[in-house]
Amino acid sequence: MDAIILQILNGLDKGSAYALIALGLTLIFGTLGVVNFAHGALFMIGAFCAVTLSRILNFSFETIDPTKTDFLGNPAKIKTTYVEHWFGADFGATIIDWAVPLAILFSIPIMILFGFIVERGLIKHFYKRPHADQILVTYGLAIVLQEIIKAFYGANPIPTPAPDVFKGSFDFGTLLGFEPNAIIYPYWRLVYFAFSALIISGVFAFLRFTTFGMVVRAGMADRETVGLLGLNIDKRFTFMFGLAAAVAGVAGVMYAPINSPNYHMGMDFLVLSFVVVVVGGMGSLPGAVLAGFLLGILESFASMNEVKSLIPGIDQIIIYVVAIIILLTRPRGLMGRKGVMED
Amino acid sequence: MSNSNFTRRGVIKSGAIAGAGVALPTIFTASSAAAYTNEPTGGSVTFGFNVPQTGPYADEGADELRAYELAVEHLNGNGDGGMMNTFSSKSLKGNGILGNKVEFVTGDTQTKSDAARASAKSMIEKDGAIMITGGSSSGVAVAVQGLCQEAGVIFMAGLTHSNDTTGKDKKANGFRHFFNAYMSAAALAPVLSKLYGNDRKAYHLTADYTWGWTQEESIKAASEALGWETINAVKTPLAQTDFSSYIAPVLNSGADVLVLNHYGGNMVNSLTNAVQFGLREKVVNGKNFEIVVPLFSRLMARGAGENIKGILGSTNWHWSLQDEGSKAFVKSFGTKYGFPPSQAAHTVYCQTLLYADAAERAGTFNPCGIGEALEGFEFDGLGNGKTLYRADDHQCFKDVLVVRGKENPTSEFDILEVVEVTPAEQVTYAPDHPMFAGGALGNCNPGA
Amino acid sequence: MLGLNKKDFSLLLVVAALTLFAPFILNPFPEGSGMAQFNAGYPDLMQRFVIFGIFAIGFNILLGLTGYLSFGHAAFLGVGSYSAVWMFKLLSMNVIPAILLAVVVSGLFALVIGFISLRRSGIYFSILTLAFAQMSFNLAYSVLTPITNGETGLQLTLNDPRVLGQSATADGSIPVTSLFGLEMRSTFEMTLGPWLFQFNAGYYLCALILLLSFYLSIRIFRSPFGLMLRAIKSNQTRLNYTGLNARPYTLAAFVISGMYAGLAGALMASMDPLAGAERMQWTASGEVVLMTILGGAGTLIGPVLGAGFIKYFENIFSKINDTVLHGWFEFMPDGLENLIVGILHPFIGKGWHLTLGLLFMLVVIFLPGGLVEGGQRIAKLFRRKKPDDAGDNAQSTPAE
Repeated sequence: MDAIILQILNGLDKGSAYALIALGLTLIFGTLGVVNFAHGALFMIGAFCAVTLSRILNFSFETIDPTKTDFLGNPAKIKTTYVEHWFGADFGATIIDWAVPLAILFSIPIMILFGFIVERGLIKHFYKRPHADQILVTYGLAIVLQEIIKAFYGANPIPTPAPDVFKGSFDFGTLLGFEPNAIIYPYWRLVYFAFSALIISGVFAFLRFTTFGMVVRAGMADRETVGLLGLNIDKRFTFMFGLAAAVAGVAGVMYAPINSPNYHMGMDFLVLSFVVVVVGGMGSLPGAVLAGFLLGILESFASMNEVKSLIPGIDQIIIYVVAIIILLTRPRGLMGRKGVMED
Repeated sequence: MSNSNFTRRGVIKSGAIAGAGVALPTIFTASSAAAYTNEPTGGSVTFGFNVPQTGPYADEGADELRAYELAVEHLNGNGDGGMMNTFSSKSLKGNGILGNKVEFVTGDTQTKSDAARASAKSMIEKDGAIMITGGSSSGVAVAVQGLCQEAGVIFMAGLTHSNDTTGKDKKANGFRHFFNAYMSAAALAPVLSKLYGNDRKAYHLTADYTWGWTQEESIKAASEALGWETINAVKTPLAQTDFSSYIAPVLNSGADVLVLNHYGGNMVNSLTNAVQFGLREKVVNGKNFEIVVPLFSRLMARGAGENIKGILGSTNWHWSLQDEGSKAFVKSFGTKYGFPPSQAAHTVYCQTLLYADAAERAGTFNPCGIGEALEGFEFDGLGNGKTLYRADDHQCFKDVLVVRGKENPTSEFDILEVVEVTPAEQVTYAPDHPMFAGGALGNCNPGA
Repeated sequence: MLGLNKKDFSLLLVVAALTLFAPFILNPFPEGSGMAQFNAGYPDLMQRFVIFGIFAIGFNILLGLTGYLSFGHAAFLGVGSYSAVWMFKLLSMNVIPAILLAVVVSGLFALVIGFISLRRSGIYFSILTLAFAQMSFNLAYSVLTPITNGETGLQLTLNDPRVLGQSATADGSIPVTSLFGLEMRSTFEMTLGPWLFQFNAGYYLCALILLLSFYLSIRIFRSPFGLMLRAIKSNQTRLNYTGLNARPYTLAAFVISGMYAGLAGALMASMDPLAGAERMQWTASGEVVLMTILGGAGTLIGPVLGAGFIKYFENIFSKINDTVLHGWFEFMPDGLENLIVGILHPFIGKGWHLTLGLLFMLVVIFLPGGLVEGGQRIAKLFRRKKPDDAGDNAQSTPAE
């Protein structure tokens, strides 16, 4: 039982990441009608916003300490960060420690701006082009973005730890009447889950309760008619792309402490998030979120030893098996609408 | 240092048809012209450095390339000579190899067997490379080794740790300086027993591909010989990035040691996840829970940050070693690039020097001559103490370092501390050991 | 001629001439000159050009005619490679049985996957094919290792039975692939002045098969069957209303293109007897999509151009390093030389991905019809003086 509860928690956690990325992808599909292969790269850039902020906070000046030597035997240079220098050692260290949460504030304007630039500069010209062209150009963009990151940060993963207070685990089991330490779960992963729930409900609330959101939803349902009504759909499209980029970006920032970011983490998520979006049904936001959590939980269950011993290798293919079964039984995924991306 | 101006073919041709404006085509097969594939003729010899330049191992590939360039510099008599000065064999004079200037071409393996072979083939067919070296994965090493055997050139393996490279997939034209999974396990076992005792219950997570399996097999055999019990051994998909669903079952499994048979990005992520789940603070069966990572890479370990502290593992070489060879190499590399070399850089530097020395001693670049010169060759001064290139399987036998993540690093490179140097005798195995059985070297192939 | 109209026949002739003289065309720079780095006329790369050309031609029959975008075609290439290598291991080193088995097996594989995936259209179809291919890749890498040899890739060994051949040659090495005794790796070298040209038996076999595949693809494009496929692309609903069931036609196109992929896989294994699981990864499937779109989907020659374009960058640009750059610019003053090398550095060697990504974007932004459109625009420049209508005909038809 405890094992199953643990795997559900794991599934929700993985599902949060899938759902956040799929949500952004669906926003772009649904409103702009663009297949965005660069969406994984946006997630990756978000994670590197966290890395960058922690680098900025760690900017330091060097003093030479003659009592120590470096690896070549020369006098060692001791680095002191400016932040610690300005704010005192204790408070400075706290700021550096909180780099990842701070990076959320730092990343949102960057991602929105970045989204605006990409949409105005590139995507805009591809609304009327075939999907194949959109795939090609966004895939090219994804490669370029990740190569630029690689040129600056190298190919190896970069550790980006969460603040110290979030280290360690929460004893979940005692709440449910299990023995102590039976079900423990890392704090940061719980934070991630709560955070993504917040973002998802935020996006839904925005679309449901604002005039802007109403127009966007109308646009998702029937773009041509909304255009005929004389609403300036262009501006809203640009904003939607910025919003989707920001959602992917903050998802990346918060993911950085869970797994050290590297330049190809976006590509690792890309295929998976497409599967999630399609299983959820094209153009359906609730579908994308539902499919994200569903696939996350099933993936976690499939990696249990009991399941693996029953069907060897099932954890390797579970996502795809589920995708095939769902698409064959429900022609448009879980909640897809007729006629979206079917030709 | 241009590698395109005086290629072997260019010189044959300019010599063969000097003076003739438009000569009649001289048609000949490659085989009738040379005694072996890509025989150097123009006063220069070309090496092919085939390393991952894109993909997850690009940083290791880049470090390998730096070491190769340094080795070429030293062979041609530039720079401070590095480990050539401490190498026990004194045949290398710093005037190239057999009087030929050393040149090189580079390629990208992408850490894919297919791409690596394509790149190696282009080096052999287009650039006239006489020797191929490099790589950062066992799959690639085995694939390229097979290709070099067919093409008749020597392959000096780079970073490849699977038992198969000099086990069931060994080839007469292939040589490995790096250690292997069996040696890691054999070196770790006594340290594990000393630090953690003989009554332990181990849980293995293993990357689900050939290297992971040989690593798991080796460490399981070694730890069970100590009296450890193996609770479970779980395979994880190579493409996995979040290992939480594999770590969670460890919590209540009754195991008190977690062995991560992972490398590279897998290792960074699984270790980070394991520490997130509080495994380091856990007490099971009255003992502190421990994590072991059999194969450490310092470059990669940096990605795991603080989580690496106190974790045991093994490595082929570490820059903090204080023997003359290591010091000379670190000095020479550090002066040129500003940071210490990785184990990948060290092994490929050694491989280049060993190849050059073998050619010098054999008096030829013929792969068969070089093979003979390397087989059973004993040397010292390359940073690993006394080393033997065993004739039976072309594997180097040398001391293995057992390392631990340092608690108080003094710099960003100072991540690992050497716990013990396990002597070569303890990690040596019979050539027909069951973990290495099933292959044959075959005969050396000079091509042509 | 050969059942082709004049235009198609001349296109076929052009392709034949290009492949026949590829060793000359691809080696325009003398050996030893600085530009020799850009020569692509060595056997391995020439083989890759034509093999991926075959792969892309086959893919184009599906994408270009029916509009169905498969994201899992690499699985058929992989299956073809594995079947061919198994044939080399078990039967003999002759490439003919290997190729035949590979085409049959990949055809059957495509039949099964196509039968299931074609129940859906649009992106749902793409994701179904992607799911099947990724399953094949993941399993080949791990659980199916006894058949596929996992990460390392399936290789020949000295212990293989090879019932109709020999396990090992007299000098104790693994025999090489051949066509009735003609070794695939045998190469004639011809020197002409400072140039060196290599004529490789394996390459010419691949080139011959490319021509046959190309011819077949023209015939399919021009046949009533091809017309039916185009009808499916333009409006499947309308087709259904006329009482026609489109699925058998799309399935046939899917299987044919799967067999093309299997043929390409078999040729890869015949040129270099190794089959790696990475051939089936989604990136490999994506690569053939890129080749086809980059060259010009729906055109006859486009996919071949796209394949050549990508393989050229992968193999040539990745091999240029700083040392080579310094070699090119050494005539300049030191400061300028270092500056230029510094500017070019991010785009070569380990940066070849960046160059390729930028070129993808540039091509698709400025040449919506792919490389073929680029060629047409150049042709148009030269033809401007001719009457307009004649010019238009010349441009649009060869692209069909």
